Amino acid sequence: MFKDITLGQYFPGNSFLHKLDPRMKLVLAVFYIVLIFLAKSAPAYALVFLFTVLLIAVSGISFITVLKSLKPIFLVLIFTTLINIFWNNGTTVLFEWKFIVITLEGIIRAITMALRIILLMVSTSVILMYTTSPIALTDGLEQLLSPLAKIKIPVHTFAMMMTMALRFIPTLLEETQKIINAQKARGADFDSGNIITKAKALIPVLIPLLISQFRRAEELATAMECRCYRGGGGRTRMTILHFSVRDFISAGLVLALFAGILLLNFYFPALIK
Amino acid sequence: MNAAELRGVSYVYSEHTPFCKVAVNHIDISFEEKCVTGIIGHTGSGKSTVSQLLNGLLKPSEGVVEIDGKNIWAEPKKIRNVRFSVGLVFQYPEYQLFEETCYKDIAFGPKNMGLDEKEIDERVREAAALVGLSEELFEKSPFDLSGGQKRRVAIAGVMAMRPKILILDEPAAGLDPRGRDEILSKIVEYREKTDSTVIMISHSMEDMAVYCDKILVMSDSKPYMYGAPAEVFSRATDLEAVGLSVPQVTKMMLALKDKGFAIRTDVYTVDAAKAEIERLLQTI
Repeated sequence: MFKDITLGQYFPGNSFLHKLDPRMKLVLAVFYIVLIFLAKSAPAYALVFLFTVLLIAVSGISFITVLKSLKPIFLVLIFTTLINIFWNNGTTVLFEWKFIVITLEGIIRAITMALRIILLMVSTSVILMYTTSPIALTDGLEQLLSPLAKIKIPVHTFAMMMTMALRFIPTLLEETQKIINAQKARGADFDSGNIITKAKALIPVLIPLLISQFRRAEELATAMECRCYRGGGGRTRMTILHFSVRDFISAGLVLALFAGILLLNFYFPALIK
Repeated sequence: MNAAELRGVSYVYSEHTPFCKVAVNHIDISFEEKCVTGIIGHTGSGKSTVSQLLNGLLKPSEGVVEIDGKNIWAEPKKIRNVRFSVGLVFQYPEYQLFEETCYKDIAFGPKNMGLDEKEIDERVREAAALVGLSEELFEKSPFDLSGGQKRRVAIAGVMAMRPKILILDEPAAGLDPRGRDEILSKIVEYREKTDSTVIMISHSMEDMAVYCDKILVMSDSKPYMYGAPAEVFSRATDLEAVGLSVPQVTKMMLALKDKGFAIRTDVYTVDAAKAEIERLLQTI
């Protein structure tokens, strides 16, 4: 049931992307999202698309896994595509039947929008989620945000909460699966009936899950206190992050991509007006 | 006659992903009817996978699972019926309790079977008696009970379905010595009273020696040894080769033999060891 959820999942590896400094990755990922929105002309889109494919290839994560990660946004994709195809006031009419009008502009718009969402999802998940361990990710985030601590924002606490939340996603899924199996073994039926029966069928899963999460939180808090955890003040790190040549190369590459997109936008017409 | 049989069964977790892992690899095992069979093996040797394959929670990647001579996946839509006849008690089953009262929790399985009130009531009382749970606890919340009692409620919840085969994954894990003995002897009693088959996964050689008629040793996703306890424990060196060992009393007997005493080493329960040592003392 939960085997296909890959959101927030880390794939251990040793690729160029895996070795990048998480701080650089975070900054570049944000920048990359901006780039995706900047691409306006067809060649610029092609460039971003190729670059993303290249990123996947470099990361060493199989294309099938990446495609599977799109499953949760599948409905969103279909919805945007349909809306863009049918509700568009383009001029080049391709097909007309009663109130349904399909225009060339509409189709182009639908494709670009869908592509944009896919690129957003894939690039952020490949660059960040799949190739960065949750610990490295929150470490990077904490350090990037550390200036905010000066204005009394508890950056460390938030980072710690995020680390824990990310850390326990797989555990939570595993536990849910275990409880589901246990109730299935007692004949619980999660698949048939209408929506109300189905929702009710989840009670035997949710109650034990809730109880075990409270127990786990309590145990974790005690374990942390036993090791004298009392927030971020004075804590040192086992691994100190350093920028390397690799990080500057990748920053350079993304900048080059940025320049490329601007140039292509300048010389070719935009797809969406 | 075999109660359950696995023929050429393989199971692979997360197939086609980087996390792909073979849990059981082309195994053929048959579990004898009306026997208490113990499955023992290292973490990751495939014990738990075997138990979930038997009651249809996992569908084998390859091979056939037969219960009473019938392929359980012949009609995938009726797999729920298989789960009623092959009861599976998971490790730490008390974490699956959810109802307001113990009675309702034990009744969850029979209710899912679609039985009528009277039949459910009868089964709940029977199952509670089988695990030694007093009826005073019926109206209590399962969350107010002690660990050992919670475990009993959870096991009763599966027994109430009157499965022909009862599989238990580490039924005694995390209990104190007295709790262990009580639970395990209740399980063996269940087998006698209901004429069913019991399959029990455990890490404890001592428990296996006392309660099982047959022992299946798993190693590296495959059966490694299969036979009566005496047979299995007579091969101490083979067991050690896969990181397991014989019960502690057997170890002691082997050590005594090493010291030159004329003592039997096919002893694997404390009681038998006591008798053997007494016999030896009389001859001296």
